[in-house]
Amino acid sequence: MTIAALNPNPVPAILPGSGGLRGALSDLFWRKPNVLLLLMLLPPVLWLGIVYIGSLFALLAQSFFSIDEFSGLINREFTLKTYGDLFQAANLDIILRTVTMAALVTLASAVIAFPIAYYAARYARGRWKALFYLGIMLPLWSSYLVKIYAWKLILAKEGILTWLLAKLHLLWVLDAWLSLPVVGGNSLSVSFTGTFIVFVYVWLPFMILPVQAALERVPGNLVEASSDLGASPGQTFRNVLFPLALPGIVAGSIFTFSLTLGDYIIPQIIGTSRLFIGQAVYSQQGTAGNIPLAAAFTVVPIVIMGFYLWGAKRMGAFDAL
Amino acid sequence: MRSDGSQSAPLGLKVAAACGLLFLHLPILLIFVYAFTTEEKSFVWPPPGLTTQWFAVTWNRPDVWQALSLSVRVAAISTAIALVLGTLCSAAVSRTKFFGRETISLLVILPIALPGIITGIALRSAFSLADIPFSFWTIVLGHATFCVVVVYNNAVARFRRTSGSLIEASMDLGADGFQTFCHVVLPNIATALLAGGMLAFALSFDEVIVTTFTAGQQQTLPIWMLEELIRPRQRPVTNVVAMVVMLVTLVPILAAYYLTRDGDQIAGSGK
Repeated sequence: MTIAALNPNPVPAILPGSGGLRGALSDLFWRKPNVLLLLMLLPPVLWLGIVYIGSLFALLAQSFFSIDEFSGLINREFTLKTYGDLFQAANLDIILRTVTMAALVTLASAVIAFPIAYYAARYARGRWKALFYLGIMLPLWSSYLVKIYAWKLILAKEGILTWLLAKLHLLWVLDAWLSLPVVGGNSLSVSFTGTFIVFVYVWLPFMILPVQAALERVPGNLVEASSDLGASPGQTFRNVLFPLALPGIVAGSIFTFSLTLGDYIIPQIIGTSRLFIGQAVYSQQGTAGNIPLAAAFTVVPIVIMGFYLWGAKRMGAFDAL
Repeated sequence: MRSDGSQSAPLGLKVAAACGLLFLHLPILLIFVYAFTTEEKSFVWPPPGLTTQWFAVTWNRPDVWQALSLSVRVAAISTAIALVLGTLCSAAVSRTKFFGRETISLLVILPIALPGIITGIALRSAFSLADIPFSFWTIVLGHATFCVVVVYNNAVARFRRTSGSLIEASMDLGADGFQTFCHVVLPNIATALLAGGMLAFALSFDEVIVTTFTAGQQQTLPIWMLEELIRPRQRPVTNVVAMVVMLVTLVPILAAYYLTRDGDQIAGSGK
């Protein structure tokens, strides 16, 4: 008994090529996977390379041009004059103000994010876990402008916050805070305090997610071991949890820091008339028409973020992303 | 004390986490109340009365409809471009290891990692250097660039969970490359692509910073909102639009969550 006798029409072990263009292409991709790889990579790399990297170089090139102060025309010759303009006292003020704000926002986000992330990572299970996840995702993805608008409603002089404080007979606290120099103002919606609150609100989810990811990797019995060995909750936090969460916090701070450095809409809508880097860029390229100076201004956050990322990488923050 | 993972959290932690979540959600709820207020001139709380008349007023505003239609068209085309580019890129990166693979991932993530204002002004200066006039397509160019990363993230996560032996099995059974793609690869990554596409749509629909630099005179819905925030004309209409935008973006976020929830939660990571 041979197999051929059981099966009168044996199927060949090796099929002939399916022929035609389609078959030829299919065979080519199988024999030379690199051709397929190249074809797959070419469109995205070309797009991002030309549109994005090309634009970044165009921007960088512009920062070495200068503006003719009399005609307002852009002089397309290499010069460092624009960078000289950047280091005027007024502009340094703007840079310092923005960096301070970014640092404060990052710090506050980390403090608010930690308990949410820790609860979600260690205690939330099943349905609650999903709820926490959505509870962080929805504010992260919902409309940026609507979130800012919501805070304009809250912080307005006639808004809900003033109303609430009046009901609690705490209006004097608000008035005392607003009468302080620098952080105060006519109402919260035209003060640095307001800008700060909105920044923290809008970027907070970006801090929670990486901190949660870092805390998920901390085994629960590590915390228990620490308390078994006699550490108080505070000591456990300082010596066990915090060091292990730090890469996550640094990863989150990349977002909060970078986003605050570049934002120009939040301080424009809720804040004082004193500028941040983003606003300076926007007004230089728009009303002033000084694109070289605007370009030089954007190099500042790029350089700051470059150093920041370098430091973050050394702390192992990228593993927590 | 056994470590069975079921002990409850300390009270302080519960309170802090709950307060944090309330801080994230209460402001959004407030938008829903203000859409019904009768007050026209200020943001007074509590609302003096409730009405639905502003929905009708908003419905009859041609400028809102124009902005909405532009936003939807831009988001649809940007999402389509991002889907193609993101899928190709993720397939290449996850199938093979090649020189410069890390650089490709960085290249994809960069448009979203750098502040939007840098992307925006970079595009604008490129347009001005190349003498490209602002149009519908300059907006799409910007949006598609930062939407790629969303599709890419979702697709890469799915490819990581899809076994390569499936493709080999399909080839062993005699399917050619195209058949394998249509019958094996595509069904496996379809929901991830759908989720990525929805998030990309939501991202583009909501984008304002890059758009202000690439739009010229045209108004997308976020730009319309920004104008209203800076120079309010009719506050109740803004309230209604804000609520609608909130609801419209809610749908793709929830849908994307349900499409990708079984498995590692990567759907939305890294906006």
